[in-house]
Amino acid sequence: MSTGDSLLAAAALEETRSAKYAQRKFTNRVALVLSLMAMAFGLFWLFWILFETIRLGVGGLSFATLTQMTPPPNDEGGLANAMYGSFLMVMLATFVGTPIGMMAGIYLAEFDTRGWLATTTRFVNDILLSAPSIVIGLFVYAVVVSRFKSFSGWAGVMALALIVIPVVIRTTENMLQLVPAGLREAAYALGAPKWKVILSITLRVARAGVVTGVMLAVARIAGETAPLLFTALSNQFWTSSLTEPMASLPVTIFKFAMSPYENWQKLAWAGVFLITMAVLGLNIAARVLTRVK
Amino acid sequence: MSTTLPAKEMPINESAQSFGRVMTKPPPMKAARSGPLADRIFGWLAKSAALFTLAMLIAILASLTISAWPAIDKYGLGFLTSTTWDPVKEEFGGLVMIYGTLVTSLIALLIAVPVSFGIALFLTELSPAWLKRPLGTAIELLAAVPSIVYGMWGLLVFSPVLSTYVQQPLQSVFGGVPYIGALFAGPPVGIGILSAGIILAIMIIPFIAAVMRDVFEVTPTLLKESAYGLGATTWEVVSQVVLPYTKAGVIGGIMLGLGRAIGETMAVTFVIGNFNQLDSLSLFQAANSITSALANEFAEAGEGLHQAALMYLGLVLFFITFVVLSLSKMLLAQLRKNEGARS
Repeated sequence: MSTGDSLLAAAALEETRSAKYAQRKFTNRVALVLSLMAMAFGLFWLFWILFETIRLGVGGLSFATLTQMTPPPNDEGGLANAMYGSFLMVMLATFVGTPIGMMAGIYLAEFDTRGWLATTTRFVNDILLSAPSIVIGLFVYAVVVSRFKSFSGWAGVMALALIVIPVVIRTTENMLQLVPAGLREAAYALGAPKWKVILSITLRVARAGVVTGVMLAVARIAGETAPLLFTALSNQFWTSSLTEPMASLPVTIFKFAMSPYENWQKLAWAGVFLITMAVLGLNIAARVLTRVK
Repeated sequence: MSTTLPAKEMPINESAQSFGRVMTKPPPMKAARSGPLADRIFGWLAKSAALFTLAMLIAILASLTISAWPAIDKYGLGFLTSTTWDPVKEEFGGLVMIYGTLVTSLIALLIAVPVSFGIALFLTELSPAWLKRPLGTAIELLAAVPSIVYGMWGLLVFSPVLSTYVQQPLQSVFGGVPYIGALFAGPPVGIGILSAGIILAIMIIPFIAAVMRDVFEVTPTLLKESAYGLGATTWEVVSQVVLPYTKAGVIGGIMLGLGRAIGETMAVTFVIGNFNQLDSLSLFQAANSITSALANEFAEAGEGLHQAALMYLGLVLFFITFVVLSLSKMLLAQLRKNEGARS
C-alpha cells in the first residue's frame, strides 16, 4: 500500500467522522430546542389562564360581589354567601383533618418507620393523595347524606377533611424525617418522655414545614368542587347552619359558568378570579415559608 | 439550631451523685415526670390516626360496593361492556363513560409525556441555575390552579379558539381522507373528546414533569460526567445514560399523571359535552366520562337503580385509579431500590 492511498483513506475516515459529529451535534441542537419549546409550552398555558382569569375576573368584580347574596338569573347580586360557605367549610375541614393527619404523620416518622403498618399506611396514603376527589364525595354521600336524608354543610366539611388528611400526613412525615436524630437523642438523654420530645423538640423544629403542608392542604380544598357537589350541594341564601345545604365558591362557579345567563357568567369569572388568587397566593406563601426556613 | 444547654446550667454535682446511686440500686421511677401513661396515650393516638387512614380506604371501597350492589347484582360485569345508558327505562351500562375516560386520558398522555420530558430536561440540564427555581415553581403552580378554573377557562376561552384555529383547519385538510377523516368528523365546536384531552394534558404536565425532574436529579453525577468526558452531547447523555437509569421512575411519573387524568372531574365536565354516544369515533364528538357523568347526574338521580349504577361507575373509577397509582408507586419504589444497589 502506498502512502498516497493511506492518506486518502485517512481523509475519507476523517470526513465520515466529521459528518457523524456534525449529525450528532445537529441532533443535540434539535433536542435542546424542542426542550426549550416544551418549557415555553408549559409556561404559555399558565400565563394564558392567569391572563384571562385576571382580565375577565376583574371585570366581574365589584363591591356588590363581596357584600350581596347570589342572585337569581338576570339580576344584580354577589357571592357573599358562597364565599362565607367556602370559608367556613374549609376552615372546619382544616381543623378536623390537620390533627388526624399530623398524628398519623408522627406515627410514621417517630413510632413505626419500617413495620407493616407503616409500610401499608404509607402506600394507602399515597393512593388517597391522588385518588379522584369525586370518589370521596360519593363516599361521604353514601355514609352521611343518604343516611340523614339531607345534603348538609357537615357532609361537605367531612369530605374536605378527608382530602386534607393525606396531604398533611405526607408533609408531616417528610418534615419530621428531616429533623436530625441527634436532637431527639439529646432530648431523650435529658430524660424527656417521648411525647414531650415529639411535641416540643422535633415538631417544633419541623414547624415551618408542617405549616407549609397545612397551607398546601387548604389551597387544595379551597378549589375542590367535585367532593362538594353531592355533599354540601349549594344554597342561594346566607346560612351559618351546617345542617343545611351550604353554598361554596367552587360549586357556585360551576353552576353559574354552565348557565346561559350573562350576569351569572360574569359572577363566575369574579369567583374564579378570587379563588385563583387565593390558591396561588397560599401556594406561593407556602414556598416562601419553606425557603426562609 | 443550638440544642446544648449552657455549661453553667449543667447540674454536674447532682448527676455525679445520682450516677453513684445508680451503681448501687436501680434508678427511681419518678425520673420521667409525666410518666409512661402519657407516652402510651400519645403512641396510641398516633397509631389510631395511622389506622384511620387504612380504615378510610377500606370504608370507601366497602361503602361504594354496598351502594352499588343493586347494579352489580343486576348487571354483573356485563355493565362494563354495555353501551345503553337510559335512566328513563332504567337500563344502564358503563362502556360509553369508560371509553370517554380512557380515550381522553390517552390523548392527555400523548401530549403531556413528551412535553413533560422536555420540561424536565430543560430544568435539569439546560436551565441556568438562577432560573431553575422560578421556572420550576411556575410549572408547579400550573398544578395548583383549581380544576374548576381550568374548566371555565376551557369552556369559555379555549374551546372557541380550538374550534377556529385547530379543528376547522384539520377538518378541511383531512375531511375527505378515508379512515383518518373519520377521526375529525362531527361539528367542530371545540367541545368534546379532543378538547378534554388537551386540557387534561395541561393539568397533568406539572405532575409528570415534577417526577421526571426529581428522578433525573437522582442520576449519579459521576455517571453523567463520565459520559460527558467521553465526548457525549447533552442529548446523548440524557437519552443514553439518564433515561435508562431512571426508566422505572419515569414510567412511575407517567402513571401518576395517568391516575390524575382518569380521576379529574370538573375540567372534563365543562368541556367534554356530556353526551352519551359511541356511534362515532371522532375526536371532535361530544362524549361523556365517568367523572362527568357522576358530576352531572348524581345529585339528580333518585335513589334506586340509577344511583346504584352511578356508584358502580364510581367503584370502577376508583378501581382503575387504584391499579394505576399502585403501579406508579411500585415503579418509583423500584427506582429507589436500584439507586441504593448501584451507587
